[in-house]
Amino acid sequence: MPRAYDLGMTMPRLVAATTLLLAAAFAAVEPNPATAGVLRIGLADDPDMLDPTLARTYTGRIVFAAMCDKLVDITPELDIAPQLATEWQWVDDNKGLVLKLRQGVKFQDGEPFDAAAVKFSIERHLNLQGSNRKAEISAVSAVEIVDDHTVKLVLKAPFAPLLAALSDRAGMIVSPKAAQAPGDFANHPVCAGPYKFVERIAQDRIVLDRFADYWNKDVVKFDRIVLTPIPDSTVRLANLQSGGLDMIERLAATDVETVRKDPHLKLSTITGLGYQSLSINLSNGARAKNPLGQDPRVREALELSIDRAALNEVVFNGLFQPGNQWVGPSNPFYVKSYPVPARDVAKAKQLLAAARAPNPQVTLMTTTVPETLRAAQVIQSMAAEAGFDIKIQATESGAAIQASVDGQFELYLNYWSGRTDPDGNLYNFVSCKAPPALNVARYCNPAVDEELDAARTAEDAASRLAHYAKVADHILTDRPLIYLWHPTWLFAMSAKIAGFEPYPDGLIRPQGMTMQ
Amino acid sequence: MTAGTFDAVAIGEERGERPWRRTMRRLAKRRAALVGMTVVAFFIALSILAPIVSPYDPLATNWAMVRKPPSMLHFFGTDEIGHDILARIIWGSRASLMAGIISVSLALAIGVPIGLLTGYVGGIVDATVMRLIDAMLAIPFLILAIALAAFLGPTLTNAMIAIGVSQMPIFVRLTRGQVLSVKQEEYVEAAYAVGNSARRIVLRHILPNIIPPLLVQATLATAAAIIAEASLSFLGLGQQPPDPSWGSMLNSSKNFMSQAPWMAIWPGLAISSLVMSLNLFGDGLRDALDPRGDS
Amino acid sequence: MTAFLLRRIALIVPTLFFVSVLIFGLQQLLPGDPALALAGENQDPAVIAYLHQKYHLDRPLPVRYALWVQGVLQGDLGESIRIKRPVFDLICEKLPVTGELALLALIVALAIGVPAGIIAAVKHNTAVDYAASMAALWGLSIPNFWLGILLILLFSVESGLLPASGFVGPGDSLKQNLLTLVMPAFVLGNAIAAVMMRHTRSAMLQVLSSDYVRTARAKGLGELRVILRHALRNALVPVVTLGALEFGQLLSGAVLTEQVFTIPGFGKLIVDAVFNRDYAVVQGVVLCTAMAYIALNLFADIAYVLINPRLRT
Repeated sequence: MPRAYDLGMTMPRLVAATTLLLAAAFAAVEPNPATAGVLRIGLADDPDMLDPTLARTYTGRIVFAAMCDKLVDITPELDIAPQLATEWQWVDDNKGLVLKLRQGVKFQDGEPFDAAAVKFSIERHLNLQGSNRKAEISAVSAVEIVDDHTVKLVLKAPFAPLLAALSDRAGMIVSPKAAQAPGDFANHPVCAGPYKFVERIAQDRIVLDRFADYWNKDVVKFDRIVLTPIPDSTVRLANLQSGGLDMIERLAATDVETVRKDPHLKLSTITGLGYQSLSINLSNGARAKNPLGQDPRVREALELSIDRAALNEVVFNGLFQPGNQWVGPSNPFYVKSYPVPARDVAKAKQLLAAARAPNPQVTLMTTTVPETLRAAQVIQSMAAEAGFDIKIQATESGAAIQASVDGQFELYLNYWSGRTDPDGNLYNFVSCKAPPALNVARYCNPAVDEELDAARTAEDAASRLAHYAKVADHILTDRPLIYLWHPTWLFAMSAKIAGFEPYPDGLIRPQGMTMQ
Repeated sequence: MTAGTFDAVAIGEERGERPWRRTMRRLAKRRAALVGMTVVAFFIALSILAPIVSPYDPLATNWAMVRKPPSMLHFFGTDEIGHDILARIIWGSRASLMAGIISVSLALAIGVPIGLLTGYVGGIVDATVMRLIDAMLAIPFLILAIALAAFLGPTLTNAMIAIGVSQMPIFVRLTRGQVLSVKQEEYVEAAYAVGNSARRIVLRHILPNIIPPLLVQATLATAAAIIAEASLSFLGLGQQPPDPSWGSMLNSSKNFMSQAPWMAIWPGLAISSLVMSLNLFGDGLRDALDPRGDS
Repeated sequence: MTAFLLRRIALIVPTLFFVSVLIFGLQQLLPGDPALALAGENQDPAVIAYLHQKYHLDRPLPVRYALWVQGVLQGDLGESIRIKRPVFDLICEKLPVTGELALLALIVALAIGVPAGIIAAVKHNTAVDYAASMAALWGLSIPNFWLGILLILLFSVESGLLPASGFVGPGDSLKQNLLTLVMPAFVLGNAIAAVMMRHTRSAMLQVLSSDYVRTARAKGLGELRVILRHALRNALVPVVTLGALEFGQLLSGAVLTEQVFTIPGFGKLIVDAVFNRDYAVVQGVVLCTAMAYIALNLFADIAYVLINPRLRT
């Protein structure tokens, strides 16, 4: 038998010594060092291009909230507030919008912010090839420079949602010098926001440094913001709990209790602008020819078989907001005469019997997002009690988008991230003129279009609401979509963070935030 | 020339018996392999008897019993929709076993004939086919499976096809290698000289000799296929809810590790014990078939 | 020898051609118009048309293939439609990350697998053999994403010893770099450890029954010395060369490990690109890994032949 001293005692001693040394070296290292003045935020996915004109993901907007100021902003109550523009006025029968610009503002490369820059940026949004903003402000036909700090947007026709559009990416003003420099702007963005772009490592992090000459620099306290995409919600939270991050967005609803029990963390919530809905194929190809697509009673039965409150409870711990319209019950544009209906299985069965389809077979297409799949299973189970035989078809998102455009679906559980103005949540999904990729139900009702167009040109909120009430009369009876819930934005952060105010658009505005 | 192949050349109809019996005898002496075989047999029996043995319908949900810990009512606890986990483990064995067995069967059914053909025929056919096989092997297995499964759509069937196709090149290479080494044996040349047709040579002389290493590789590939199904489920491909599969159960459990650890423990134990058993059995089989080993 | 080498190198060309056709076909035939997937939430028809035109999505398949190959031969691998960066840049950024992870995983695999294999071979057919086999096998038996999340909960959330996820480059801070890679390397290396153990065990078994080891024993040398100085040195050669071929396995495993631990490497790049229909990225990355795999194969073949002159044909 081999004996240890054959080898000599030197080898084991050496190994032991090295291990101890390494252990000591590592023990001295703090696994997740927090650096003073740095805010580390965990994102739910990787943003796309950092160019406000071309960008198309929701998560990108979180980066822009820190990097690019816009002409106007919203308040938590969804009113319009000044940002780069200090005052505005509708002129020419609402066919012109005059904006007075803030003075003394600089871009992050030192260039001055003025009317010429605004004209350049708006025209870039309208004309750049591949611009994703064009459809949002297509009502603008020209931008006129009145003087160095005043611009006038000339519209083809009155368009009430314009200011709301300017509170998002379409209102972000970029430095003309940087935009005209060679290379893609997305790789070296320059705007007028509180933080300037430093570097980006794809799928790893985006680093922004404080802009010393920001016009509102007194409320900007952090020196640096680092945004890290971590798609798995459990791992994202784990990073927050272990101190590797200071704040995360889109906490999973089922993790809320964990955050509430942790004395080092705190929670911040607000109802969002988006919604989740069941889109029904009404006339998009051959697959519309089934009882669900053809008979409104079957659709009503489907809606009545779903218990929105129980669905919310099981899948989202009761944290999201059940809804039945394109805006939430607490939104000023909610049509109060149509409250969220309760479950009524008996009536659902009656309706199906009257439609002579007691057991409709329906394929429910959904993406593979875990929470969506859970909700789909619950819906399947609930609708089964009324007689629906629902088969779930989980589809990878790229294929799902294509299938919905091509009409290769009967029922589609999909999500819209939401816009400030109700028009942004409605027009493109039910209008005859909507893009085919969004109005997947292919619903077309001229009476509805009339009201939608009227709501766009109406003077004040009250008359707009009256038009939307008429839209509801049609939509909530024809049911091209069955709206189910409105997600609540859930933010978890270190208890040391103060001054964070959640907005319904779910973005993180660094102004006013500090670390204690 | 090894003792093993010489044995197989015995004259007369007895030639198949002696090496197999020796293999069985050697296998019986390896306890680890026997344990492995028993566990695998247990899971196969479980999957066949699922309708009888399962306490609940795996698709039945109960809103009041969401994420409840193990209790007398639900021995393994419930999951995030209220399904009984024990029922889903029992029924899920079907999906995992099928993912393993069918994928590998597909890989064998495509790979072995190609390997036999290309190994025997040689020449330009062999060269071209092997370059194609090399190309498939050059793409990392999981990436090939992901691309195929994304292409076909996220279902269990498509996952099995994707995994089977991704595993096929290894069987082609293995078969071809064996064919090449056996082709040069004297008894094959003798058979050819005597006037046997190519098909007869391949089927009666070559194929029986290459079965042992194929069997070993198939066992180990089944284990790898079961893990691959779980991996594809993690990425949202493969068996979709509400149909149970251990892989998708693991995938759902990952977001509830601290709140409901039982959701992760049972499918994890099930997968690891099945896969470990297959690996032990495969290793034991390889040792038993090794002509060099002890006797 | 030179003839052998030249022949082997010449065979690379058709292989690479098949790889390019295979991955191009798989990407372009994925269901779903990439322009739709990339047009974002607004789905503006003008943007979709622009994407079609810019990325030649409306041209027939063989034309697109020819355009792509032409670009590759000129050194242009295309750009990521999603974030507008050249694929070549992305590869150069991510390759070292996965490379480091793979290297550390290989070290873990060797550290677990080789001793386990030696012990299993020396104590052949005893309880120790089985125990060592099981210890190495469990890495192959557990889905690595599950193990990863378990480790994160244990070592980050509960005890705060290691960072939960993410990556710090070795240039920024070597200590942080190694800390972020400890768990992923362990998870990844675990699976390969079993393969290493098997190779080591069978190589050792073969060597231990060979003539020169019998001679060494007959000379009266201590058993441990025989194992370590004579047997192991010869057994390790096939193990290491076979280890190089495990590179493909490592990359497969890295795909999931990088997803769980959010490590910005090759694996994560590919998976995200497949789901985002960022096909230029997938094609470029797969071509790159295929070339690396083929190169490693060539190296392993050459090494094998150099060490074992009997194999030279």
